[in-house]
Amino acid sequence: MNAPVKIETTLKDWETDQEVRWCPGCGDYAILKAVQRTLPQLGANPANTCFISGIGCSSRFPYYMETYGFHTIHGRAPAFATGAKLANPDLDIWLVTGDGDGLSIGGNHLMHVLRRNVNMQIMLFNNEIYGLTKGQYSPTSREGTKSPSTPLGSYDHPARPAAFALGAGARFVGRGFDVSKNLPEVLKAAHAHQGAAFIEIFQNCIVYNKDVFDDFAAPKGAEDRQLWLENGKPMLFAKETKGLTLDRDALCLKVVDVVDGDWEAAGVIVHDVTNRSIAHMLVEMPFGPFPMALGVLYDDPRPTFETAAIEERARASEGKDTNLAKLLAKGQTWTVSGTAQDPV
Amino acid sequence: MATQAKQPLTENPEAVVVRFAGDSGDGMQLTGGQFTLSTALAGNDLATFPDFPAEIRAPQGTLFGVSAFQINFGSREINTAGDAPDVLVAMNPAALKVNLASLKPGGLIIADTGEFSKRNLDKAKYGTNPLEDGSLAKWDVLAFDISALTIEAVKPFGLGNKDALRCKNMWTLGLALWMFDRDRGPLQEWLRQKFRTKPDIADANIAALDAGHAYGETAELSGPLRQVHVDPVASDPGLYRTITGAEAVSLGLVAGAQLAELPMFFGGYPITPASAILHHLARLKEFGVTTFQAEDEIAAICAAIGASYAGSLGVTSSSGPGIALKGEAMGLAIMTELPLVIVNSQRGGPSTGLPTKTEQSDLYQAVYGRNGDAPMPVIACRSPGDAFEVAIEACRIAVEYMTPVMLLTDGYIANAAEPWKVPDPANYTPFPAKFLTEKNGPANDDGEATLLPYKRDEKGARPWIKPGTPDLMHRIGGIEKDALTGNISYDPANHQHMTDLRKGKIDNIAVPDQEVCLGETSGKLAVVGWGSTYGPIHQAVGRARRKGLDVSHIHVRHISPMPANLGDLLRGFDKVLVPEMNTGQFKTVLRDQFLVDAQPLTKTSGQPFTIAELEAAIEGALA
Ligand code: SF4
Repeated sequence: MNAPVKIETTLKDWETDQEVRWCPGCGDYAILKAVQRTLPQLGANPANTCFISGIGCSSRFPYYMETYGFHTIHGRAPAFATGAKLANPDLDIWLVTGDGDGLSIGGNHLMHVLRRNVNMQIMLFNNEIYGLTKGQYSPTSREGTKSPSTPLGSYDHPARPAAFALGAGARFVGRGFDVSKNLPEVLKAAHAHQGAAFIEIFQNCIVYNKDVFDDFAAPKGAEDRQLWLENGKPMLFAKETKGLTLDRDALCLKVVDVVDGDWEAAGVIVHDVTNRSIAHMLVEMPFGPFPMALGVLYDDPRPTFETAAIEERARASEGKDTNLAKLLAKGQTWTVSGTAQDPV
Repeated sequence: MATQAKQPLTENPEAVVVRFAGDSGDGMQLTGGQFTLSTALAGNDLATFPDFPAEIRAPQGTLFGVSAFQINFGSREINTAGDAPDVLVAMNPAALKVNLASLKPGGLIIADTGEFSKRNLDKAKYGTNPLEDGSLAKWDVLAFDISALTIEAVKPFGLGNKDALRCKNMWTLGLALWMFDRDRGPLQEWLRQKFRTKPDIADANIAALDAGHAYGETAELSGPLRQVHVDPVASDPGLYRTITGAEAVSLGLVAGAQLAELPMFFGGYPITPASAILHHLARLKEFGVTTFQAEDEIAAICAAIGASYAGSLGVTSSSGPGIALKGEAMGLAIMTELPLVIVNSQRGGPSTGLPTKTEQSDLYQAVYGRNGDAPMPVIACRSPGDAFEVAIEACRIAVEYMTPVMLLTDGYIANAAEPWKVPDPANYTPFPAKFLTEKNGPANDDGEATLLPYKRDEKGARPWIKPGTPDLMHRIGGIEKDALTGNISYDPANHQHMTDLRKGKIDNIAVPDQEVCLGETSGKLAVVGWGSTYGPIHQAVGRARRKGLDVSHIHVRHISPMPANLGDLLRGFDKVLVPEMNTGQFKTVLRDQFLVDAQPLTKTSGQPFTIAELEAAIEGALA
């Protein structure tokens, strides 16, 4: 793969002439802007950038990006993206999916793209609802969600996207929400990560699941309920009056009070993005007793799928004859000349 | 004594059918494969039929664990594996029981008495030993203890009893090679190669082979065992090898990608009997082939489409149930007009059906089986060698017309082997893929050139635009799109127009005129086939014609779109008979296309048609 040349662009260069068709006030607008703001900062080249999506509100995303874009079929975007990346490893691929697309119909493909570690950024817009099909509950909807298909409230246990990703073998797990000002930073870290980078983005579906994330995303009191993780920094929130420590007996995280800013005394742990065990605890951390963990939860690259494929092809081809005529005549052959047969 | 006339082999027959049958663990497929190779080297024409159970390791000695390999070889053109064997090699009672019915009266049974124990007879549900109770009187029986003879032959190599008995198939093969006067040299060489890290095993197998051969020589003067000579067939001069359908499809795809000047991306998922193609291609990386074993059938086709989108020739392959799963993605490839080759190695259906048996029952699925108006070219190969040509043709149509193409083969073709005159790649016209590199639309108000991703060429194909190309950024997807810009369009007139364009593009694919492969262009009866029924139809029509019957054979490669002259051709016959291994699907398609009174002849037993069945049907139709 060639090292990408940095290109100078502005936000405008990433906008298409297509009318954006999300409902007014939908969180998707903010995510679109965040991505369009981030790409110029990365020096990304629109001609080399490719957005691939499945089906759903979020999956309309590629139409609004002045890049290459492929709006595919429900749940299967990871498979299309894998094929495209293997065919052209130089493409900078962003995958856009949702909670229904990525975790219901496409859960299998999401699992495999993550475990294979195909180099791309995977943005899962989690709005905990089916928007495009008019409001049915989704695999991430909370228990008791009333929807047209669950008029009495849902009773299945929700999937947790970040925990799913980590469990599937993801080497990068990030989290943000539509209007968070830190979202571009998470996107940048995901882009810098070589391999499949999974970003769960909480997204407000103003029509069918309005403000469902307000418990942690509402601006008022946000600092008490959001823990923005930074590599090498203590896990502090609530204006550094609280932090997370490791309960070494129960082997779980615990919220502790930090007195006078002395987080070391309180036993607050320092975020190490390569610590997979802590990452598992962070994605499992229930919101309520704990703050919502946001930012880069885990980032520990390892060799990517397409690199392995390229290397294998090179190894397998070494010293091999690529003459098609010879290939066709492989194995035991014989010649017919007139009437007699002679083994070759 | 038997009343039916015996038809024992003469000393110099035109053609011979041999069936090797044994337990799944007896190595019958390998035996058959090596016998095939020696037959090819002897210059006979041949056709084979591997017939094995769906179970990987069925319990030993059971009726459902029987694995067989049939070969028909001769000094004349051979198109089928033969209706009835002249020689049946039965390695155990179950193999005898399962295969006896098809043996010709007067045919030769070679049986291993070492396996005809009480226990094995019970497993095969024989009350008494058929070798001793006189029930085999209408055949010649040559029964002796192959097991013991093998153990004796390999004794010097110090193998355990189990390993020694593994050489039984080589002993039997040695005997068969003697019987048909074959050179053992290539096989000994092959054994040395195969077991090069285990020279003991190689030596033991060679010793067994030689012992079987020597047994034939010394036993010749007594009993029914005689040497038989089958003369070489007169074939076109040139270089030959044997090939199976799965190999031929794989090689054809590689050749097709080269002719298109494209790297190939193959997405597959394990399924019987299609996996063989994935296995072959996985070993051809040096030819620019990337193989990807996906997480499921859907991902396999989606990854292939993704690769086509990025500029490779995407290929996927499966069998009926897997093809069903790929349906939605085919629709996307049709909608986004990307090249793709889909290979369907058909098997018995529906559902899991008969995974290891053959059928042609996915024709409706191929032609009609998608949501919406989703036209897609369908072509079918008729024999292992033909699969090479058809695979190239599939690649050509896909690339030239920017469309997915379905290639139909089947379990029989996939596994069967035939001699193949090695083609010269230089004799094929290349069809290099063209990628758009500059904007192709008129200037806009600002005088800048515009991009029209759906502007069509004279064939109706849209341009292929690789992501990564500067200035040609655009979006495609499954939602209906504007006929030029490709932008989302819900406009009713545009959808009508696009539906017409998609259909027109496929309808207008250049397809060569249909030829008559045997007989005249008009007459009393046309037997019309497609796919692997070619061999039996061809032989049956040939025999009927020799009897003076007015019958011709037409075999269709291009199922959709059909050759333009096919309707007129069929209307030139009083009757049209369509034999196929399904309940009459091609018959329906022909009626739909041409309003001709095509009559079905159907068979869905998992076994190919016999020549006799077809001959009887021809005679019936002309009676
Ligand atoms: S339905 Fe919900 S998610 Fe979809 S566009 Fe409207 S607000 Fe956004």
